[in-house]
Amino acid sequence: MPTPAHRDRVRELLGTGAQLVEVLPAHEYDDEHLTGAVNIPLKQMTPEAVAGLDHSRPIVVYCWDSL
Amino acid sequence: MSPRAAWRLEQLGFTEVYDYVAGKADWLAAGLATVGPGSAAYRAGAVARQGIATCETEETLADAGGRVADSDWTGCVVVNSARVVLGVLGAEDLAAAGEVAAGSVMRIGPPTVRANEEVAPLVERMAARAIDSILVTDPDGRLLGVMVRADAEAALARAGGL
Repeated sequence: MPTPAHRDRVRELLGTGAQLVEVLPAHEYDDEHLTGAVNIPLKQMTPEAVAGLDHSRPIVVYCWDSL
Repeated sequence: MSPRAAWRLEQLGFTEVYDYVAGKADWLAAGLATVGPGSAAYRAGAVARQGIATCETEETLADAGGRVADSDWTGCVVVNSARVVLGVLGAEDLAAAGEVAAGSVMRIGPPTVRANEEVAPLVERMAARAIDSILVTDPDGRLLGVMVRADAEAALARAGGL
């Protein structure tokens, strides 16, 4: 089960090498995204699209907000 | 969307997945680093003064006043150990000095804005209400700095925004 994470925990995870994925559409990612994030829109989250992610490292996903 | 994405990643075989539930909006509101043309927008966090005096409720006005002398602002923000804003002491409050506890004199619940508040409309609202400065906090209420209207107006003028 995925783990909800507060901002402080996200920063800790990123500091220890976690991967960061923005799941919003590409135009939203292109306009502005968190430093270091890659873009894998949810609608395009296929096995091929995630092949570049490292299974051995934690992953943090985010979208715009909780609504 | 992010919860579904997190579960999708687990379905695809990833075993350590975290969902940053509050998302990009929260990150921007906390004034943290972003990349992209949208990040160039003038926001409160970028123009806020950060070298602000703080004190805790049980400290005295004399303690607070001493710190203000070495800070970038004329007031002192009363915070708890987590840097959450509890109140503010203005120059007139600090003038009394002495051994009075900051918590008994502070103005409770001062207005605040998030770091991603756009400066131009904020300056207009502040000018309309004759507000010279406003605290900038993250979504958890933790102090990030103070945006002084004169600083923001100068920054906008340099950028051609006025």
